[in-house]
Amino acid sequence: MSYLSLTAADRDAMLATIGVASVDELFRDIPPAMRYGRALDVAPALTEAELQRHLEELAGKNVVDEICFLGAGIYDHYVPAVVDAVLQRGELLTAYTPYQPEMSQGVLQAIFEYQTAVCELTGMDVSNASGYDGTTVAADACFVAKHATGKSKIVVTEATNPQVRQVVKTYAPGFGLEVVEVPHEGGTTDPARLRDAAQGAAAVIFQQPNFFGILENAPELAAAANDAEAMPIAHVDLVSLGVLEAPGKYGCAMAIGEGQSAGNAMSYGGPHYGFLAARSDLIRRLPGRIVGETVDAAGDRGYVLTLQTREQHIRREKATSNITTNQTLLALAGLVHLSLLGPRGLRELGDTCMALAAYAKERLGAAGLEPVFSDKATFKEFAIHTGRPARDALGDARAKGVYAGYPLGRDYAGLDDALLVAVTEKRTVEEIDRLVEALS
Amino acid sequence: MASSESYPDDLLYHPEHDWARIEGDEAVLGVTWYAQDALGELVHYEPPDVGATIGKNSSYGEVESVKAVSDLVSPLSGEVLEVNQKVVDAPETVNEDPYGDGWLIRIRLANPDEQTQLLDLEAYRKVLEEA
Amino acid sequence: MKLIFEKSQPGRRGIGVPKPDLPVPEVPSELARKEAPRLPELAEPEVLRHFTELSTRNFGIDTGFYPLGSCTMKYNPRINERLVGLPGFAGLHPLVEDDAAQGALELEWRLQEILLEVTGLDAVSLQPAAGSQGELTGLMLFHAYFRDKGEDEQRRKIVIPDTAHGTNPASVTMSGYELTPVKTDARGNIDVEDLRGKVDEHTAGLMLTNPSTLGLFDENIEEIRDIFRSVDALMYYDGANLNAVCGISRPGDMGFDVVHINLHKTFSQPHGGGGPGGGPIAVRDILEPFLPVPVIVNDSGTFRLDYDRPKTIGKVRAFTGPFGVFVRSYAFMRSYGPGLREMSEVAVLNANYMLARLKNDYDLLYDRLCMHEFVLSARNLKKEHGVNALDVAKRLMDYGFHPPTVYFPLVVPEALMIEPTESEAKETLDAFCDAMLAIAREAADEPELVHDAPHSRPVKRLDEVRAAKEQIVRFRFEEHPAEQRAGDRELELQKGA
Repeated sequence: MSYLSLTAADRDAMLATIGVASVDELFRDIPPAMRYGRALDVAPALTEAELQRHLEELAGKNVVDEICFLGAGIYDHYVPAVVDAVLQRGELLTAYTPYQPEMSQGVLQAIFEYQTAVCELTGMDVSNASGYDGTTVAADACFVAKHATGKSKIVVTEATNPQVRQVVKTYAPGFGLEVVEVPHEGGTTDPARLRDAAQGAAAVIFQQPNFFGILENAPELAAAANDAEAMPIAHVDLVSLGVLEAPGKYGCAMAIGEGQSAGNAMSYGGPHYGFLAARSDLIRRLPGRIVGETVDAAGDRGYVLTLQTREQHIRREKATSNITTNQTLLALAGLVHLSLLGPRGLRELGDTCMALAAYAKERLGAAGLEPVFSDKATFKEFAIHTGRPARDALGDARAKGVYAGYPLGRDYAGLDDALLVAVTEKRTVEEIDRLVEALS
Repeated sequence: MASSESYPDDLLYHPEHDWARIEGDEAVLGVTWYAQDALGELVHYEPPDVGATIGKNSSYGEVESVKAVSDLVSPLSGEVLEVNQKVVDAPETVNEDPYGDGWLIRIRLANPDEQTQLLDLEAYRKVLEEA
Repeated sequence: MKLIFEKSQPGRRGIGVPKPDLPVPEVPSELARKEAPRLPELAEPEVLRHFTELSTRNFGIDTGFYPLGSCTMKYNPRINERLVGLPGFAGLHPLVEDDAAQGALELEWRLQEILLEVTGLDAVSLQPAAGSQGELTGLMLFHAYFRDKGEDEQRRKIVIPDTAHGTNPASVTMSGYELTPVKTDARGNIDVEDLRGKVDEHTAGLMLTNPSTLGLFDENIEEIRDIFRSVDALMYYDGANLNAVCGISRPGDMGFDVVHINLHKTFSQPHGGGGPGGGPIAVRDILEPFLPVPVIVNDSGTFRLDYDRPKTIGKVRAFTGPFGVFVRSYAFMRSYGPGLREMSEVAVLNANYMLARLKNDYDLLYDRLCMHEFVLSARNLKKEHGVNALDVAKRLMDYGFHPPTVYFPLVVPEALMIEPTESEAKETLDAFCDAMLAIAREAADEPELVHDAPHSRPVKRLDEVRAAKEQIVRFRFEEHPAEQRAGDRELELQKGA
């Protein structure tokens, strides 16, 4: 199969216009020693039908029919059909970054609406057009905080998603940042301890609900950071923000997170989008694209990429980030999903997740699978003791068709028997009963 | 809005298209007509802090249009006495009046002898011809 | 056109949420949301129509020719969209145990194998989310490699030509290196004499796009390689322009130690209005120990993720990378097979054909055969008729084309950077060239027509100065009382209402 149009006659005519005898001659600037003198050693071309069969075979080797209670940052939420319909509109799907606004009002307005939705949910003033995922936006936020404060220490709570912490630590040396972790105490972060650690720090990153699914006392954590004159950065789940307070309302300088929960399939980890929203005074330090409202030559409202002097294509080595390609299509999926939900639907989505998760926690507890952090309020995810190595419990449950959760021992010493169980609105009471049975 | 091209003969110039007006042991600094024309309408001025020390030939701030950003290169060393708030609030003032209302900072000269190294109008015009 | 927030009416909604007959736990009051977010309230048909209307105000490859230089806007096969949505891919959680992800891991491993063949290198990490993140990851590997050799303190400088994408210098800063810029010579190559004086034992390496952003293959690449080799520095290949040389010349054979591959360019990913992308890196064996974790291991047909890599730099993104991007690019590669070489040949043929048709009417600073793209200058039109590159770009819209990249690379004044890709029919290339030639005539005869363009789009030219000054970057509900009524009210506290 090929997606090429040129006929032999076309090629001859084009070569004649160029004034060369062969296509090979077009490559004469490449030194002979650097030419690849043979055919690429890859499998033969496939027709579309063969391709479909080959990929179906690969997809068939993945196990996706176990009931999913796995979360830990990526969640099995429902994606509405309208999301797919919108994303398959070729004018949106196959466009690039809207450098030419007259050709791109559709994407520009969609991003402006996305920015508005993210600001509404997080209670912040400004949002960029998206970052790569929920981990990289954390590194971005550190870069912003470093330059805004002139300080070079970042504090991250241990109850923050381990992959977020890992990415921040990977980026930190290049940024000239030192990363300090504050341990959790019984599943949550102690504000006083956080305040001490935050002395002299540029920013404090905490997660709400945290990695264990527990509700931190987020306003107190933000206050502790502010007391120490470090920027509070909340890593939040968009789906929780119908029921949980917006970070902007409790003094955060930035709100960030993984957007997959809104509008995106799990897709083995991507592509998804990270969101990054901030107080208005940080707008010139934000990484990535930002869309702004303006008027056209006739005085009609329109949208453009704005404040581009922050970005690498203009500011080069002094840019706020090197990011170019972002995740606009996935952020659009989030916007469509949130638009379908509306404020009431988002609230109900949070309520349903909480109700089902509470039921699961209670039933598991009754079956002898006690919560790891028994006195803490949770959202849609919680940790339980399995009373044996968690991977063994997981394996036995999988044999009964249930993917029961995430073994916390992967990231936390001393929690080898603990399983992190996530319950979305897609799970039913019957499925939860099967989970209990599978783990008992 | 845009001013017409001019280069006053009572100023000293720096080849990076900055000017200085010497007033006793102080100087007022700005950018030339050529610089503002090359940048286009300014939308942002990032000034230094009052009290900051700036060095000859080094950057003391930035101005931005929608498509470009430019370092402000100081023609002279000194201490920042005053920032032109009018330009902070309305950066296009530089486009309208680069040598008057569009001045950028006032400094106290650290080394008045440095002014002998700057260009007079005739020398600056040669720089412009080559640009 | 109204914003979706301006179409909102209280009480409407687009999708229901399951409501199990279970009590909803109370959120502690200090943590509970007090005011409902002002998300729009619309029924499903209005939501679909809103976004459909937005799509009609946008232009993609599916709409027409999109010769945006440096962005490789090629056809995105529709079969790939179907494949990425297969339940076995879309429904797979990234943290399942490896036995549940064998198909995904096999696909990733097979993709890596093709990338190794195309780049001529030894190991791959698929993790970076885009080309710029690939760059940053590559520079982190430079640090790790020299730290391992005890030379990281000494080697602080990265050499970059002045034609480079802005991402290169930005990545240098983000990785904690210092930038050493090097000039371009009269033929559009790196100025080798300038380079010689700038490379020494403090140099960590080079970042180079080859062919360059001028669309020119650097004729001195062997000499450049020898200069860096002589001081034991590393070489990074910005794969942004790989579409010119697939199967024709391999970065590994040119001497490069790290390459990033823009899957969304060369291997056809719908660009989605700005993303997603994918920026895997391929590296020489000396850098393999430092790759991000996890690494995919093939144990005789059984695949697993290996996190036990003592010298790893860590992670630059979650999980193994943007998996859906891998599905599409893998499918694209498999549909071409060894024909990937023909893909690049046609991309280069198309570009040279257009260049031949246009170079007499637009300025050309470096009069050579080009690779997959070329850069014209509108400075002649500006000087003679006051029509600049932006005017030409806007006028092209009236002819039904997306404009080329303008004002980049910076070394060309009034630049028009044109990249046709391999996807286009000769008739399309001709129609675009005809339009460019017509605009050059219009510039002389009717300059106002060009100045005021576009005339046919949903909006006229937009006031970017106003946008930068006013900084309206979200809908201002408070200035639109009708919408305030719809959204700004006390949260409905009744659960499950």
